[in-house]
Amino acid sequence: MKIELTRQKVHNAFAKKVEWVSGQNLFACYQCGNCTAGCPVAFAMEVGPHEVIRYTLLGLEEEALQVNTFWLCASCLQCTSRCPKGIDIARVMDALRMIVLRKKERKDHVQIQEFPEGFLEKVPQIAFISGFRKFLS
Amino acid sequence: MDYLYFPGCTLYTKAKNFDQTARNCSKLLGFELKELSKWTCCGATFPLATDNLMALLPPARILANAREEGNVLTTLCAVCFNVIKRTNRLIQGDGEKRDKINNYIEKNYAGDLRVLHYLEVLKQDIGFSQLKEKVQKPLAGLKTAAYYGCMLLRPFSEMGFDDKERPSLFEEFLEALGAKAVDFPYKIECCGSFQSVGSPEVATECAYKILTSAIKNGAEAVVSTCPMCTFNIDHKQADIRQKYLDFKPVPIFYFTQLLGISMGLDHQTLGFEQNAIDPLPLLREKGFF
Repeated sequence: MKIELTRQKVHNAFAKKVEWVSGQNLFACYQCGNCTAGCPVAFAMEVGPHEVIRYTLLGLEEEALQVNTFWLCASCLQCTSRCPKGIDIARVMDALRMIVLRKKERKDHVQIQEFPEGFLEKVPQIAFISGFRKFLS
Repeated sequence: MDYLYFPGCTLYTKAKNFDQTARNCSKLLGFELKELSKWTCCGATFPLATDNLMALLPPARILANAREEGNVLTTLCAVCFNVIKRTNRLIQGDGEKRDKINNYIEKNYAGDLRVLHYLEVLKQDIGFSQLKEKVQKPLAGLKTAAYYGCMLLRPFSEMGFDDKERPSLFEEFLEALGAKAVDFPYKIECCGSFQSVGSPEVATECAYKILTSAIKNGAEAVVSTCPMCTFNIDHKQADIRQKYLDFKPVPIFYFTQLLGISMGLDHQTLGFEQNAIDPLPLLREKGFF
């Protein structure tokens, strides 16, 4: 993929929005990959959290929002705890999730009606409540 | 001293064994868990999007109501503990958000409650050495893995529970009960948390890694502080066995169940019927019942 870098592209509106919702300075990221290395669910991610931050800084909104990375984030804060630049990466992942869920189309990430039978009886309330907060608009 | 106690939704239903054993053990240790007269669900996640004030309202309301009844609040569920403690700190330190929240819930809460996890109560107010003296039936010969998970420890700057990479409080607790606590590298790894709703297979994989790491390091049982973790590492063992045929089930305890055994409680009162993997064969083999 060929990307042309311009000042506007790097200081793009999408990155500003992610920064605003997450309260984090994305420009502090120097792409060390510590977040991805320690992430317990990185094995299932299409790209690592550090790469999503890079996409965002390059203004690649569509690419940043279509990967499964932030949907798989379990907010365990291991990345946050280990980031040498002090970025709360879990907040960045949550911001991306919120940006998608707050869009007009209201695309929920999970469909309650598709849960297998007996699932609701089995799973504890905390898992549902926090899951719904993270996955439903 | 009695402690104000916030049980949380799951301890009222799917983790009654956690709640009941804690209440019973408290009495034996000389204090009471005084349940809040009114409480709701804490919301089960601390909102990470900084503009999401709505999700702060349930924990804020719980805190404000609790403050009218006392000044120390304790919880057992690690998720509730995380949400309530972080919200408390936010109310303490962020004047603008504090005003907005108070306006909304029509309270005037300043964030001045002390929020403690039950393990912290045992360590700070009772002391593990005194706890050791109260043990009736030491768990000698039981090799346990203290599984911290995420919510007790992170973020370190706000939770201040123990060291963020190499905590030892939980092991000290288990050793006070007479058990052996094995060290294992996955003790602070995430169980997959609410991904059991979003991507169940991912949570299964996380649980598999944690359990095999504990077993490899000699654990005969894994001990949890959280009903979310317990669901993922106990109840999902059936899913693990479907994928990894050679996986051998390992019993999962709430730490209060082990405390209960060591305090001499009868096994009928320990709520093992809610444990997915029956721990009784192991406990009988060790001669505890």
